[in-house]
Amino acid sequence: MGNLSTYETIASAKQKEGKTVTIIAKLDNSQPIEYDAQKNPNFTSFHITDTLGNKARVVYYYEKPFDIEKAERIVMSGKMNGEVFEIRKKDGILIKCPSKYKDDPKAASNNLKQTSY
Amino acid sequence: MKYLGEQLWPGQLGHIFILVSFVASILATIAYFKSANAKLEDEASGWRQFGRICFALDVFSVLSVFLLIFYIVAAHRFEYFYAWNHSERSLSVKYLLSCIWEGQEGSFLLWTMWHGVLGLILIKTSKKWEAPVMTVLSFAQACLATMIIGLYFFGAKVGSNPFLLVRELGMLDNAPAFMDMESGALRPDYLSMIKDGTGLNQLLQNYWMVIHPPILFLGFASTIVPFAFAIAGLWKKDFGGWTKFALPWSLFSAAVLGTGIMLGALWAYESLTFGGYWAWDPVENASLVPWLVLVAGLHTQVIFNSTGHSLRATYFFYIMSFMFILYSTFLTRSGVLGDNSVHAFTDLGMNFQLVMFMVVFAIPAFALFISRYKQIPHIQKEESSYSREFWMFIGSLVLFLSALFIITATSLPVINKVFGTDWASAEDREFSYNRIEIFVAILLGLLTAIGQYLKYRNTSKSYFTKKIALPTIISIIGAACISLFGGVHYNKYGVGFLAAIHLGIFAGLYATIANATYIWAGLKGKLSVAGGSVAHVGFGLLLVGILISSSKKEVLSQNTTLALPFDPKSNENPMENQTLFQGVETDMGKYKATFINSDSMSKDGKSTFFKIRFQNKRSDEQFDLHPNLIRNSKGQEGFSNNPDAKHYWNKDIFSYISYANELDRDKDTSQFYPHRMNVGDTIYYSSGYMILDSVVANPNNDKYHFNSSDTALMASLTVVSKDSVRYKARPLYSLKGNQANLVLDTVVAQNIAIGFSNVLDNHRVEISVRESPSMVSFVALKVLQFPFIRLVWLGTLVMVIGLIMSIVRRVRLNQRQDPVI
Repeated sequence: MGNLSTYETIASAKQKEGKTVTIIAKLDNSQPIEYDAQKNPNFTSFHITDTLGNKARVVYYYEKPFDIEKAERIVMSGKMNGEVFEIRKKDGILIKCPSKYKDDPKAASNNLKQTSY
Repeated sequence: MKYLGEQLWPGQLGHIFILVSFVASILATIAYFKSANAKLEDEASGWRQFGRICFALDVFSVLSVFLLIFYIVAAHRFEYFYAWNHSERSLSVKYLLSCIWEGQEGSFLLWTMWHGVLGLILIKTSKKWEAPVMTVLSFAQACLATMIIGLYFFGAKVGSNPFLLVRELGMLDNAPAFMDMESGALRPDYLSMIKDGTGLNQLLQNYWMVIHPPILFLGFASTIVPFAFAIAGLWKKDFGGWTKFALPWSLFSAAVLGTGIMLGALWAYESLTFGGYWAWDPVENASLVPWLVLVAGLHTQVIFNSTGHSLRATYFFYIMSFMFILYSTFLTRSGVLGDNSVHAFTDLGMNFQLVMFMVVFAIPAFALFISRYKQIPHIQKEESSYSREFWMFIGSLVLFLSALFIITATSLPVINKVFGTDWASAEDREFSYNRIEIFVAILLGLLTAIGQYLKYRNTSKSYFTKKIALPTIISIIGAACISLFGGVHYNKYGVGFLAAIHLGIFAGLYATIANATYIWAGLKGKLSVAGGSVAHVGFGLLLVGILISSSKKEVLSQNTTLALPFDPKSNENPMENQTLFQGVETDMGKYKATFINSDSMSKDGKSTFFKIRFQNKRSDEQFDLHPNLIRNSKGQEGFSNNPDAKHYWNKDIFSYISYANELDRDKDTSQFYPHRMNVGDTIYYSSGYMILDSVVANPNNDKYHFNSSDTALMASLTVVSKDSVRYKARPLYSLKGNQANLVLDTVVAQNIAIGFSNVLDNHRVEISVRESPSMVSFVALKVLQFPFIRLVWLGTLVMVIGLIMSIVRRVRLNQRQDPVI
């Protein structure tokens, strides 16, 4: 299993530039998600912020994942390339949405508030 | 406090049945244990009778629990969390069962129900093995009952009760709308305010999802039978007495679990968008690994039945296979894989209980195995390398080691938890498995091919060479043809891997052909005894299908017009989507694809179908695909993707929508920007410019019909796009009374709308321009071609048919040797 990667923060990933690492971070909502299928349907870019508050831009060479806007957590595996985190594999991005945790009482409670009126 | 409209009896009754099933299965375990250990026949049969009654009561209770949950979901009793969380009113009836499978409690229940059915059959058929085997099964029933019992022991939560009410779970506590203003307590009529449930996950609203879970769980449940027989053999020290008798059960388990796994693969292929049927996702691995070990055990069991070798291995494999089932249960239900799988895992807070589930089986099973190991009959003499059992054993070992590799790689998150490491899976996860499994495939293919031509104990060299010559030659020629003319040029991972693929195709083909010819060469065409050969033919086809469909998988929507983002030396080319503007023919591999229209008028009002027409460039062939996007159920926002495929006998054309601008339509917030212009002025927009040519009063032309009594002005503009294409635009400004009336004009090709919005002084006018990103409908489409994917499904089918043939034969043999008492 020589080609395993490791979990890193944005800061430590920058130390390992060019090496494949896995980062778990949140979407940085202060920056827009870039995806213009008219120009290029195979390019998505967004910004992330990790638990330490560090930020980075992410480039993903595929279509924008459907649920990315409401991602609670994004698991990404790719390489740091300068200031940009580059994901080259389609399955290099994993979107974890709170609402998918349907048995999580907190998320469920939020849903209930939305469905009732 | 009484709440209006609540129906509490189904939940109360249901919980009583859960408790009854727990107590009954504990009693059944004790009774069967006593019966198995009884010295006197009277005592044994007395306990056995009691055990049977208890087990029947358990089955009855479990069935009742299931029916009650079904009632709650079907009757939309949203006071119950299970119904509210997993269903909604608009759900079609055929998916009601899927609602039950969606929850963890429901899938545990499904497992228990199958145990019940299997137990009843075992009671009826297993004679002297009934007591020890049913002890194990009843104990498993008791363990599974605790998973849904929902009680607190010394402050620790045990199990998750499926009959909890929404209000009991505290879901309403933070929602002021449900509260009584004065008392601050829950309003008595709160239920009338819950109009609907949150619905079933859209991806599960699929035909395959109705049948895949029951079959998979029957497969899961059935692995306990060989395990229970193994324990029974160790316990009663009748080490080799059960292996012939229980062979149909092992075959059954392999057939059903295999079918369940492949139905999951089929579902993934049909409704998910990772572009395939297998992704080495932890959930897939978790069910594959027990199957691999089970098949290893199946082979050593057959070896033992014929030669007396490999009994110890058989015990080991069946114990391990069941342990992996329990471990898989832990992996997929503990939430530990949360960051590693596309599946949504839920942590029910039962991790300790799930670990205990493994421990209570592992400790007695291994204690028994280790303490009796020396007593298990064992032949000292080494097998001859010209014997079938030798190579079969090697094959079993390969299966087991392959399983061990897969489960270790899948367990990284567990390893991290235990050892405090931070390993993540490789960037290219699929290849990290494939590079090992390709050699497993080669080995298994070759072993499957030659194994049948060897006889047990010893084979004369001349017999072997004579018989195997023909299938070997056919296979070499066949594989050479595929290699030379089949166009397998999968060079993404270098020449070595490509060579391995070619070798793998040969091995799979060899397994197919050698086993097919063996039916005549070795068995004289007697199909009734050919179950094994047929299953092996299926396995070979499956290997060939996997290798060809994966290595020749082609992205037809490869975007060649845009520069590659990676360095040119890289073999990677991820530009997999093409943008299709409505009505514009676009190059798509050997097809021209056109996005015809979209239609959201489906019956449930949730799906938007996109009609994509494919025209073969070289022939008249033309077909439409209808990939669609489904609006998610209420619990989630957004959309789910539903691919569509055109099936040919030798390939599938598979497509799905990666993006559709229609979905963002309602978000279109672009605004009109006003420009003050004189005739002859030029203004710019993002991809070109426009000139105000003239302003015409009361125009009377092909577009507008005014006369001198009206008050209307038409602006005539020439729009020039970046690529020098000229368009005309003629927006209108008119007055009726004091009311200004604007008629916009649009240049669809440029996504702009132009308005004549005001008349200013000094002959100036105000022209407003809106650039909208979504005037033309377009989709980003991915189209894949899977050659010979049908071989994958066909191979599976043939393999399962072969296993069923073997079951029939073995059951008959058992009946002949052991007339019914």
